[in-house]
Amino acid sequence: MSFTRKETNGVECEPLALAYSGYIKKKMAFMVISSILLFLLLIYSISVGATNIAFTDVILSLFGYDQSSASTIIWNIRLPRALVAIVAGVGLSVSGVALQSILRNPLGSPYTLGISHACAFGAAFSVIVLGSGTMRSTGADAIMLNNPYMTTTVSFCFSLLATFTLIAIAKYRNSSPEVMILTGVALASLFTAGTMFLQYFADDVQLAAVVFWTFGDVGRADWNDLTILFILTVPAVFYFFMNRWNYNAIDAGDETAKGLGVNVEKVRLWGMLIASLVTAFIVSFLGVIGFVGLVCPHMARRFVGDEQRFLLPASCLTGALLLLGADTAARLMLAPHELPVAILTAFMGAPLFLYLLIRGYQH
Amino acid sequence: MLSVTELDFSYNNREILNQVHFGLKPGKILAILGPNGVGKSTLLRCINAIHPPRTGTIIVDGEEVLALEKHEIAKRVGYVPQRSEAGRLTAYDAILLGRKPHIGWNVGEKDRRVVESVIRKLGLEELALRHINEMSGGELQRVAIARALVQEPKLLLLDEPTSSLDLKKQLEILRTVRQVVEDNNVSAVITMHDLNLALRFADNYIFLKDGKVFAHGGDEIVVPETIEQVYGVATSVEKFNGFHVVIPHE
Repeated sequence: MSFTRKETNGVECEPLALAYSGYIKKKMAFMVISSILLFLLLIYSISVGATNIAFTDVILSLFGYDQSSASTIIWNIRLPRALVAIVAGVGLSVSGVALQSILRNPLGSPYTLGISHACAFGAAFSVIVLGSGTMRSTGADAIMLNNPYMTTTVSFCFSLLATFTLIAIAKYRNSSPEVMILTGVALASLFTAGTMFLQYFADDVQLAAVVFWTFGDVGRADWNDLTILFILTVPAVFYFFMNRWNYNAIDAGDETAKGLGVNVEKVRLWGMLIASLVTAFIVSFLGVIGFVGLVCPHMARRFVGDEQRFLLPASCLTGALLLLGADTAARLMLAPHELPVAILTAFMGAPLFLYLLIRGYQH
Repeated sequence: MLSVTELDFSYNNREILNQVHFGLKPGKILAILGPNGVGKSTLLRCINAIHPPRTGTIIVDGEEVLALEKHEIAKRVGYVPQRSEAGRLTAYDAILLGRKPHIGWNVGEKDRRVVESVIRKLGLEELALRHINEMSGGELQRVAIARALVQEPKLLLLDEPTSSLDLKKQLEILRTVRQVVEDNNVSAVITMHDLNLALRFADNYIFLKDGKVFAHGGDEIVVPETIEQVYGVATSVEKFNGFHVVIPHE
């Protein structure tokens, strides 16, 4: 059947096409404004701290025209930290959007599937059983695990275990979203119990190290960690964006999606795998950062709606903005002490989420 | 054109459809009738291979559906399920989704042209930029039909398109389907509960009973004997204003 007859090129069709183009432009405007805001926030975040650096110096240094001592602070401390916040914010938020679609549930987030809990258990296991967690104090407030790489690796391994358990059960039950969510709840509970069990037998130092680990903090990562996170997050974002029409179709209902030729089960399983892996990487490097994956997609929905072509990139931007903003605030609030960003995201996230709900969130 | 031969379908070793066999010409509407749970919806999903049948052949416009890739089937068969979810997106975007089987990396000029043409054809201009989560059941159903139409299918499958709609909306929706089928010379298969609506808008009928085609044909097969055997209800079939009307005795 063909509708491409001459009447479609007629004048009558114009107003609709124009109106739609105008509507698209509004969404694009949101992206452009958010991107500019993100850039400004990045400059601000780099310029403020124990030593304040002028904006112009920050920009000069970023483009390689400044070799002063400020440049060392920028390149070694503040830039990697800000970029980690951006990459982690993007990764968590985009995973949240994908999971909300895949699980057909507005509460979907990297937290829902129990991946973070598995990471926390892994960290506890590494510190308490494998002994990677004697603390040493460096300077005023920084407490470090004496073997962060081991903690990260073990944490990641346990999150993989959780991910593959999820996938296996989901696959066995035809990728039913309900089964996925309930499996996630069960895994979260199981790993939390495991963590508590280990903590009960831990000594003071180990306990402190475990608790310290669970406070997600972007300041933990260096350039190497940032590179790894970046290399993993970028393809995941690309993957989700490639699947934007599949997620749109699934949002319209499984039956509709199948009628449009979407292999719904396969899209669900792969999306869940990728989202879980991204979360696992971020959490095992940085610790548990809650609420970003839940709130940022909903913030984006308020502005661009549920259409995935716009929702996915918009969520990346809101994720980056929120986590970078929160981390900057966390650094400044109790200066010279720094608050782990996870405490602030939870504090900011909950009221923000309630605000969005009261303002009339509809899914 | 649609031709279904010797189609069998079973689910968890339970036989649902047995040797289903029928054909349909372009520009015609086939109503699938029968009691609840007889497999009417299942038959629709077999035709576009959402539930691949155990055996049988399904030919749409000269091509064997079961041999095609999923998105190739979606280019030929448009499917409107009983219900679809409504998020916060415009009717335009919801309809544009129907272009999914045709869209490569991005939405092209042709995709938008087809969408706008269908919107005009179904008189949805006023709704186009409204969010579908704020729409009524009838409006949403028209959006769902428009979404199936922009797939540019040769065959339309509609699963109880008029359930949960008031009388006026029922007539509107079926009139729209009738017009689309005739204008574009496509075939439509519709599952229905309302025999009178079926008699008014369909050209051909299939009565399913116990997973088999109990009767297949035109108006002449919608007779009290068939209806009694299929539904277990005594009726009369009268002619009124040029239409056959089924009147239950109970």
